[in-house]
Amino acid sequence: MNRKQKVMLARILASAVLLVALAFIPVTGMARLLCYLAVYLVIGYDILSKAFYGIVHGQVFDECFLMAVATVGAFALAIYDRSGDYNEAIAVMLFYQVGELFQSYAVGRSRRNITQLMDIRPDYANIEVDGTLERVDPSDVEVGSVIVVQPGEKVPVDGVVIEGSSSLDTSALTGESLPREVGQGDELISGCINISGVLRVRTTKEFGESTVSKILDLVENASSRKSKSEDFISKFARIYTPAVCIGALLLAVLPPVASLVMGGEAAWHVWLYRALTFLVISCPCALVISIPLSFFAGIGGASKAGVLVKGSNYLETLSKTRTVVFDKTGTLTRGVFEVNGIHHNTLEDERILELAAHAEVASSHPIARSIERAYGGVVDRSRVEDIHEIGGNGVVARVDGHQVACGNDKLMHTLGVEPVMCHSIGTIIHVAIDGEYAGHIVISDVVKPNSALAVKELRRAGVDSIVMLTGDADRVARSVAESLGIDAVYSELLPADKVDKVEQLIAHRRPGQALAFVGDGINDAPVLSRADIGIAMGAMGSDAAIEAADVVLMDDDPLKIAKAIRISRKCLGIVYQNIFFAIGVKLVCLLLGALGIANMWLAIFADVGVMVIAVVNAIRALFVEKL
Amino acid sequence: MKKSYQIEVDCAACAQKMEEATKRTEGVKDCVVNFMTQKMNVEFADGADRNAVMKNVLAACRRVERDCEIYI
Repeated sequence: MNRKQKVMLARILASAVLLVALAFIPVTGMARLLCYLAVYLVIGYDILSKAFYGIVHGQVFDECFLMAVATVGAFALAIYDRSGDYNEAIAVMLFYQVGELFQSYAVGRSRRNITQLMDIRPDYANIEVDGTLERVDPSDVEVGSVIVVQPGEKVPVDGVVIEGSSSLDTSALTGESLPREVGQGDELISGCINISGVLRVRTTKEFGESTVSKILDLVENASSRKSKSEDFISKFARIYTPAVCIGALLLAVLPPVASLVMGGEAAWHVWLYRALTFLVISCPCALVISIPLSFFAGIGGASKAGVLVKGSNYLETLSKTRTVVFDKTGTLTRGVFEVNGIHHNTLEDERILELAAHAEVASSHPIARSIERAYGGVVDRSRVEDIHEIGGNGVVARVDGHQVACGNDKLMHTLGVEPVMCHSIGTIIHVAIDGEYAGHIVISDVVKPNSALAVKELRRAGVDSIVMLTGDADRVARSVAESLGIDAVYSELLPADKVDKVEQLIAHRRPGQALAFVGDGINDAPVLSRADIGIAMGAMGSDAAIEAADVVLMDDDPLKIAKAIRISRKCLGIVYQNIFFAIGVKLVCLLLGALGIANMWLAIFADVGVMVIAVVNAIRALFVEKL
Repeated sequence: MKKSYQIEVDCAACAQKMEEATKRTEGVKDCVVNFMTQKMNVEFADGADRNAVMKNVLAACRRVERDCEIYI
């Protein structure tokens, strides 16, 4: 409890004791009124002053105003009736304050719980100075300095292991419980926990640029992007409160006037009491507090499972996903290519690989890397000139004075070379040297072990259309799609074609349904941002993917997509439960209040009780292990 | 120029009000108030004096929500 809450608790206890004491002290008339008024002020002065300043500053219809009017009204009624029963006004204020205190405590508590769960922030870094370890703030560690990470400590800054080997617990980042082995020369990502051995690490990034800071920043700012449900609630509250106030006013005035007109008794105080009850019931805080809390808990739960959702709005869209479009490479397949064969070559294998590896020297594409690996020798940049990348088709360059073209059959056709088609399954890189066909390299990608299961799980999670896009040859694409059970395949696409294809698919989807695009975060930023929701996989350490995507999967397991969708469904389910429950109970109680069946005590339940239940329900969104 | 401030506010609706009040303050380009993390991210207009602007922001927020706090 913070100071404010403690003061509130003291005021509540004091006024409760005073109220009980007053019941035993026989004071009457003016003295009695003054005594009760004093207790009322102890418990409610802040509400009255807030209501007053609210009116002064033009913020008339808020909760404080409702409570002030209700309780002052109840006092006025008691004076008017000469009943001397001021308990009700004080009790209403008392319970309202108890509710507010609970709300502030419960929300503060769950906020801290959620933040703690996501707390991967390292507290310190160990720097070695003259043979002894010194603890410093991670943000003071400069790039290139050597830090020591001991067993049980968090890796504070991204870096490379220069000495030692150990296992790392990456579960805070990826949700993956299997430890990862690292040794000399391996990259270390901040936020992991070192389990077994001492590691000496040379840092490669500043703390502010390290993975852990990026992730924390992302998660902390996630709930500031508001979802439609949240917008709905804030708009609702804006209309709702004035509407209820007017309703209460009408309830207090119309029936008595009508009764007078009909020649009956006005019964002003009965209707005034009902109107006041109506006001107490109507406080909208259960809704206003529980909806953002549910989203916050949902985002927290997802990040515990290794799924970073960048905002409540994305969580909401994710729950509507009916179409999932995969970019094949790096999502369903490993994106690790291997050279499987060299066919129809006019030169020996090594020479073809050497020339191709040099021509592709500037490319970061996985295919280029695999050719370089298969070549095995050192690629000498100075032997290469005039490199022209022909987007999606291949590359043309001058190597040792020879013009070397590497790429697909389209590239060959544009160069006027007739390629020899291949019967093997895989990506075919044709090579032409000085305008003469020189053979082709067969490269194939490996399907991830979980891909088939992931597709099945997606269907179970309610996705009815699974599409695969790829720049690869049609035959490769079809064989992968068939083995995984994918509905539609579009192959041999250039990066720009992928955007067009996704746009077409978006145009054809039914309203209220969303299309998710899953990419590996390399070269697909435009598509990621064009889709209703962009999911980047295996993004640990890749800044570009974290920037471009709406949902980031920390590891590269495609099963997580189905899990992410289920988490979002659960969270949205809770949001709707709370909206319907809170509005439903309020409406019923408002009706009962208007009919005179509900008294102030029920009114207090409708306000505080509903809020408590909604907050507890919201916390459920945090628990996602079993999904 | 963007800066994040720690704030103290009791309810989500009040946080919303603070956000709107801050956005209307001169020298503020954009503002997002995050109730859950109790943080306020303010983007200042070019050439604005940050501290002077924040003083006005605090005053504006106090008008809409009397017991809010911004740790400048």
